[in-house]
Amino acid sequence: MKISTVQDETSSVKSFAFHDRFCANAKPGQFVMIWIPSVDEVPMSLSALQPDKSQAAITVESVGEATKALHKMKAGDTIGVRGPFGNSYAIAKAHNVMIVGGGTGLASLMPLTERLARGKNKITFLMGAKTRNDLLFLNRINELLTKVKGRVIATTEDGSYGLEGLVTAPAEKMLEKGEKFDMIYACGPEQMMHKMFLLAEKFNIPFQASLERFMRCAIGLCGTCVIGKYRVCQDGPIFSGQQLREVKDEFGHFLRDFDGRKTTV
Amino acid sequence: MSSRLEIEIAGLKLSNPTMLAAGILGLSAASLREAIKNGAGAVVTKSVGLKPRSGYANPAVVQVSCGLLNAMGLPNPGAQDFAEEIREFREDGFKARIIASVFGFSAEEFAEAASVLIEAGADAVELNVSCPHVEKTGSEIGQSPTMVREVVKRVKGVVDKPVIVKLTPNVADIVEVAETAVKAGADSVAAINTVRAMAIDIETARPILANKIGGLSGAAVRPIAVRCVYEIYEAVNVPIIGCGGISNWRDAVEFMLAGASAVQIGTAIACEGLGVFKSITRGIDSYLRKKGFGSVKDIVGLSHRR
Repeated sequence: MKISTVQDETSSVKSFAFHDRFCANAKPGQFVMIWIPSVDEVPMSLSALQPDKSQAAITVESVGEATKALHKMKAGDTIGVRGPFGNSYAIAKAHNVMIVGGGTGLASLMPLTERLARGKNKITFLMGAKTRNDLLFLNRINELLTKVKGRVIATTEDGSYGLEGLVTAPAEKMLEKGEKFDMIYACGPEQMMHKMFLLAEKFNIPFQASLERFMRCAIGLCGTCVIGKYRVCQDGPIFSGQQLREVKDEFGHFLRDFDGRKTTV
Repeated sequence: MSSRLEIEIAGLKLSNPTMLAAGILGLSAASLREAIKNGAGAVVTKSVGLKPRSGYANPAVVQVSCGLLNAMGLPNPGAQDFAEEIREFREDGFKARIIASVFGFSAEEFAEAASVLIEAGADAVELNVSCPHVEKTGSEIGQSPTMVREVVKRVKGVVDKPVIVKLTPNVADIVEVAETAVKAGADSVAAINTVRAMAIDIETARPILANKIGGLSGAAVRPIAVRCVYEIYEAVNVPIIGCGGISNWRDAVEFMLAGASAVQIGTAIACEGLGVFKSITRGIDSYLRKKGFGSVKDIVGLSHRR
C-alpha cells in the first residue's frame, strides 16, 4: 500500500495516511499491523478515519528500529497494512465524558473524540506530554471541542505548557471535587491508565482503556499479547473497568515479552 | 457433554476428542485454562525448550487466501519459567488435561525439558520434531528416522507419562517416521505439523515473513493431513491425533474416520474463536447419535473397513 501523505506532528512524531476502504471505515479504537518491508511489522492505532476520502492514518513516534525506518519513508513509499483488528471504544449512551490521553496514546483517542463530538456530548479532554513540543493534536482537539460543550486541559511534565505535572493530577482533582462523569476513556502509558482505572473504581465511574502489548499474529492465535484470559488483539485492545478488575494482578504491573516471560510495566 | 464423546489416548482419559493445538495461545496458564473452559478436551502448550527464545522478528504471520503462514521461531520462556505456568494451571486442583509440547537442539535437551514440565504437572509430552522453520531442531530432527529414534528413546528414559510425537509432513514417507517413533516407544503420534511454505509481496518483491520461510496451516493442508493420518493408521498400533485445517465437526469426523482418536485445533480459532471446541464436540455428538454409534471410539479408522 502506498503512503499518501506524511505529516509532522511534533519533532519526533509523524502521521502517515494511506488509502484503504476497510481502514477508513474502521471503528474508533481499532488498530492495524504495519509492515515496513525488510524491517519489522508493528501494531499501530488508527489515528484518523476518513470514510469520505477512503483514507485512514496512523501516528507514530520514532522510538525503535521499526518506527525509525518508518519515519524515513515518504509519500509514495510502500508499506504493508493488515487489519483493522480488535474491538472498539463503546460509545457512551450518557453524555458527559472524560477523555484522558498521554503521549502517542492520543492517537487512538482522536477518532473516538471525533465520533463523540458528532453526538451531543459534553467532553472534558485531558492531555499530557513531557513538554510543550510533545503535545500531540492540540489544535485538532481544540478545534473539535469548539463544536461541542467541552474543555481541554493540557499538562506537561516540565510545565512548558498548561499545568505542570502528570495528566492524572487534574483528573483526580475534578473527581475529588465531586464532578460527575458517565464514562472515562483513557489511552497512554500503562501507569497513567492504571491510575485512571483506580480513580474510576474509587468514584464508581464506567471506564475504558486501550491496552498495549507485544503482538505478532493480531488474530488471536499466537498468545503473545495475552493479559489474563484475554487476548489484547482480539478481546481488546479496549477493555472495560470490569474486565480490568479481572486482570488486576497483571494490568499496571507486568506484561509478557516476545519470549513469554513476564517483565515489569 | 455426553459420555459418547469420551476417549482415551495412551492412558489419558479425555472428556471429548478435541485439543488445543501446540503453538496456539498456550504461553500462559490463564489462556490454557480459557481453552479448557471453552470445551477443549485437552490443551497442548506452546513448544518449550530449555532456554528462553524470543523467536523471529515480525512479520511472523501472513494470512493467505487458503490458510495461514507462520514463522514464529519457537518463542518460549524456557522450561524453568514455563513450569510455573503449568503449576499455575494446576492450582486449586484444576484437573484438566495438559500436554506439554517440547523441543530441543539435541535428544538430551528434549529429555531435560520434558522432565521439567512433567515434574511441574503436565499429563504428557508432545515432542515437536516437526516445526519447519527453525534450524537444528523441529523437522530437521523429524525428517531423520535415526534422530527421531534417539529423541524418543531418551525422553522415554526420563518420563513416566505418555510421550506423543508430532510428525512433519515435509518428508517423502511419513509412515516410516511414524513407525520408527512407535518402535522407539512413542505412546501416540500426532499428524501433521505445518507444511513448509512462503509468500512473496509482489509490490515490493520481497518475502513477507521475516524468516522468509514458514509453515502453512488451515484449510489448505487438511487433505494432506487426512492422507497422512490414513496412511499412518494402516501401519501403527498406537492412537493417532489428527491435526491440520480442522475448523468444524465435519472436518473432525473426517479425521477420525481416517484413523485419528482425537483432533487438534489451531488456526480455526482465528475465525471461529474458542467457541470452536464446543461447536465441534456438539457436532460430533449429534453425528454419532444420528448414525447410531454408541461411542466416538466406534468411528476411529472406520474408513479403512473393506
